[in-house]
Amino acid sequence: MTGNLKENSLHVGVLVILAALFFVVSDYHDGNLARIMVLAVYAVGYNLLFGYSGLLSLGHALFFAAGMYGLGLSMNLLGFAALPALLVGIVFSAGVSAIVGFLALRTSGVAFMIVTLMFAQAGFLTALHFGEYTRGDEGFVIQQASRMIAGIDLSAHANRYFAAFGFFALSYVAVAILVRSPFGRCLVAIRENEERARMLGYDVWMHKYLAVIASGTISGLSGAAYALLFGYAGATFASVQYSILPLLWVLLGGAGTTIGPLIGTAFAFYLIDLASEITTAHLLVVGLTIVLLTLFAPQGISGELRRRGLKWLP
Amino acid sequence: MLEVDAIHAAYGQVKVLFGLSITVRPGEIHCLLGRNGAGKTTTVKSIMGLVPLLSGTVTMDGEHLSELEPYEIPGRRVGLIPQGRRLFAELTVEENLEIGLLVRNTGDAAKERVLDMFPRLRERLQQPAATLSGGEQQMLAVARALCIEPKVLLLDEPTEGLQPSMIELIRSALKRLRDEGVAILLVEQRIDAVLSVADRVSFIENGRNVETLPAEEAVRDRGKLAKYLGV
Repeated sequence: MTGNLKENSLHVGVLVILAALFFVVSDYHDGNLARIMVLAVYAVGYNLLFGYSGLLSLGHALFFAAGMYGLGLSMNLLGFAALPALLVGIVFSAGVSAIVGFLALRTSGVAFMIVTLMFAQAGFLTALHFGEYTRGDEGFVIQQASRMIAGIDLSAHANRYFAAFGFFALSYVAVAILVRSPFGRCLVAIRENEERARMLGYDVWMHKYLAVIASGTISGLSGAAYALLFGYAGATFASVQYSILPLLWVLLGGAGTTIGPLIGTAFAFYLIDLASEITTAHLLVVGLTIVLLTLFAPQGISGELRRRGLKWLP
Repeated sequence: MLEVDAIHAAYGQVKVLFGLSITVRPGEIHCLLGRNGAGKTTTVKSIMGLVPLLSGTVTMDGEHLSELEPYEIPGRRVGLIPQGRRLFAELTVEENLEIGLLVRNTGDAAKERVLDMFPRLRERLQQPAATLSGGEQQMLAVARALCIEPKVLLLDEPTEGLQPSMIELIRSALKRLRDEGVAILLVEQRIDAVLSVADRVSFIENGRNVETLPAEEAVRDRGKLAKYLGV
């Protein structure tokens, strides 16, 4: 079997398994999986920038929150229906990432991390400042009655699961295609060595800029999907914690692999879920597990699988 | 034709090139010779826009390369094989070639052509570049540069650290490219590696082209080599 065929089979297999899981697992795990798939969209977006382009952002919560507030505020304040509101969320996060990318890419390395973090903090404080509309930390609920697209109630159990599946499948396949495209190859070349890529004839700045926009837009889609499917938007999602989480998920799953973000998100989610059942010191268990994984599988779970023989793993 | 006309270039405050001029014609191998620090590598980098010019011009077939951004120059079919190969070590041979092919979307025909020139790379397509031998890495660096189907090819010490059989292979490839009409500018420290393939030689001293002459004349007149290179 050729590498491409194996990759495609893996992608189809992952999606088939995710769709089939709904019919197999309990309602409790259905809910978890829906949440994991939506958050994995966020990780997929983050991975495009970090894993494939080599740009470590500490401000992705801004893009996630831009999508979330774009959808939530347009529904609650402007009375938009769910579908147009979803588009507003996506377009708003694309716009925010275009502005942040334009300014932040004047820096590189540690400075880029700090600048993106500062932008995200500014976004977080803005959400708190305009608490009259955003209700700050407390957040606001998006009414169940308005969470409908084409007559489908997205708050219903099965609908929510398959909507989350749809969002994940869309971003997963889109990024899998993107990283195999000439654009994706160039991103990898830039990640490997910017100067060499420039010398070979690539507009490094423009490629990185487009990567920031694509990554921010996918993250925004995740934020909008989260608000739409779970009916809540709040400033917590704009906090620094939500900038660190996608980094953690991608590192755990394997940066620069298409399957890594899903693995990392699911692993971290269930690690917290299971550890909290066993002990109140569950964060200690989570922390230790992450330290061990980082020590013994520094390339993440899928990176480690790739190193141990599955060379074709995308 | 590549024309470098009276270029001045500097690294920050340190001036390295002082009005250097050279012309490289299609179907010729033009070699730059000079002692360490004479400005040979800086000349190549200046042509590629990697070191900004203070004054002077670089043109190819009448188009001013010096007015372009560095990343636009390979798109004009000017290829560089830098010192030390500079491959993408983590990527496979095939991916390294793809990165070269995508610059001008030259496609499978160009890929087949370079793989025919270096059959050993065909056997190692899925191997990471870092795991190749020094000679194979140099082959890959040359092959990647050829993916843009260059009209002008710049090589900075391509035989550095290679065993004789590999040097011969690189030489053969350069001759073949010359015969196909490519203008080749070759920077070399090893005089023996140069004089047998070069058509013309320019001696660079303190950032200036002090003399250009046919290669056979340089071979005959060992005094010139002694004067400019101390050999």
